[in-house]
Amino acid sequence: MSDDDAHSMIELRHVHKWFGTFHVLRDVSLAVERGGRVVVCGPSGSGKSTMIRCINRLEEHQQGQILVDGIELTSDIRNIEAIRREVGMVFQQFNLFPHLTVLENLTLAPVWVRHMPKREAEELALFYLERVRIAEQARKYPGQLSGGQQQRVAIARSLCMKPQIMLFDEPTSALDPEMIKEVLDVMVELARSGMTMVCVTHEMGFAREVADQMVFMDRGEVVETAPPQEFFNAPKSERTRAFLGQILRH
Amino acid sequence: MTATAALQWLRANLFNTWWNSALTLLIACLVLWLLPGFIEWAVVKASLTAPDDRVCQAAGGACWAFIADWFRFIVFGRYPYAEQWRPTVVLLIFAALLLSSVDRRLKGRWLAIGWVLGLVAVVVLMAGGIFGLPAVDSDLWNGLPLTLILAAGGLGLSYPLALLLALGRRSPLPTVRMLSVLYIEVVRGVPFIAWLFLLLVLLPLFLPPGLTIAKLWRAEAAFALFIAAYQAEVVRGGLQAIPRGQYEAADALGLGYWKKMRLIVLPQALTITIPAQVNTLIGAFKDTTLISIIGLFDPVLDTNTALNDPAWRLAYIEGYLFIAALYFVFGYFMSFYSRRLEKSLSQGRR
Repeated sequence: MSDDDAHSMIELRHVHKWFGTFHVLRDVSLAVERGGRVVVCGPSGSGKSTMIRCINRLEEHQQGQILVDGIELTSDIRNIEAIRREVGMVFQQFNLFPHLTVLENLTLAPVWVRHMPKREAEELALFYLERVRIAEQARKYPGQLSGGQQQRVAIARSLCMKPQIMLFDEPTSALDPEMIKEVLDVMVELARSGMTMVCVTHEMGFAREVADQMVFMDRGEVVETAPPQEFFNAPKSERTRAFLGQILRH
Repeated sequence: MTATAALQWLRANLFNTWWNSALTLLIACLVLWLLPGFIEWAVVKASLTAPDDRVCQAAGGACWAFIADWFRFIVFGRYPYAEQWRPTVVLLIFAALLLSSVDRRLKGRWLAIGWVLGLVAVVVLMAGGIFGLPAVDSDLWNGLPLTLILAAGGLGLSYPLALLLALGRRSPLPTVRMLSVLYIEVVRGVPFIAWLFLLLVLLPLFLPPGLTIAKLWRAEAAFALFIAAYQAEVVRGGLQAIPRGQYEAADALGLGYWKKMRLIVLPQALTITIPAQVNTLIGAFKDTTLISIIGLFDPVLDTNTALNDPAWRLAYIEGYLFIAALYFVFGYFMSFYSRRLEKSLSQGRR
């Protein structure tokens, strides 16, 4: 893509969204630089998942602008598909394709979207499976893997499209506690490799370790944006303090 | 199995509760009461060679001689007698296609090519007019080959239409959605017989003069269009059962609408609806017998015609039992095939 570093990788300008009469996103603005690692947190129902899902147009915003790598998201389907090719997404519920093997899950998009030869796509898939430390499961079906393994496969599946940006929508919330670490380890490694990442998560240890920007959302608004040091040690907003007090207590 | 193992099996499966024991005894009594009489009639006192129905009835047994006498007519109808090797080959082609479909090692693509080539060969053989085969009018394509041509052609043609209708009914485009709903509701809401007559009578009015389409192909079209409406609803049920996350994951990977449907949604939706689809197919297969009402000679009409033979007027029980057995073989084959398919497609899922 462009070498022009003048613009942000992701930029949200005064974004509003309603579900019916419910105002889920209220004037959300946010900028993520190339290689930026943003962690979004906030109470449930605060609009953080909706916000991240607007970035690859799984949800449609109704007001304001969203630009991804300089391209504005409009209802033009070609723009949407071009952006989706560059933006990987990892879901809370993994959403692997149960009728395909792990390897087929990974090669599907490179072959059908990027028109990569099958052999090459398989090599790429094995490379990423190796990277998420699960290459030995390539021939199995998703239903035969544990939750943590499935989520690592889902991460590898997104990486196979060589995205510029990775979105994580509560990637560890559906996992048993003992599996959370194996997924976070992979995400930490990914952050170190320079990937632009936006993560919605409650894993504050992970946030401290990798984030360069913390975003706190509540009731559809961005309440506070700050570097992690400042965010955890000296939060400005009362609502941020209350939230952190709740989730950091134990 | 040793005698004690057999006893244990009986106790575990047939006599494990007093209620089950009572049922077992009741059913055993019914079987003992009915079966000997049936066997005596169908086998012991039956005749394969009697000259007419009165002789059989005097002997108190089944008149299978009627079937033996009229077998070729029931199966091939009025197809020219000297040319009946052709529909025989057609039946063999169908048998080969059906049996090779059961073999899941064959790739789907080769199977599809096989079916298309097979059906072309079937039509060429039946119609003749080339390769030195005398031409045979499609009104004379009777009996079992007719049923199989109608069923295979109708089911094959209806399937793509059913998929499009099912996708259409869930389309984000309002016009497409409305047209799909309209088609499904109108076609489903009118009896099949009525569509048969309508296509028979109405179609010629819309065709340019001089162009006629044989009754057989009109019936085939009616059949395909009718089943499609039912099958579309079955497939739609499957589409609705696919979790939203599957659509979203496909979207997030940048697969467009058609690739998403073809690679992710339909394979799963079709797999989970196999039992319901086969239900529709078996029903549709048996509905082919309705074409006798517009004067196409399927095995049922063939049998009715054969029963006009003064020598066999009383052999209708034998005739209809034979037809029932014939249809059962195909119906059972379909359900057997669907179970195999379900098993092999559900691998890897828990």
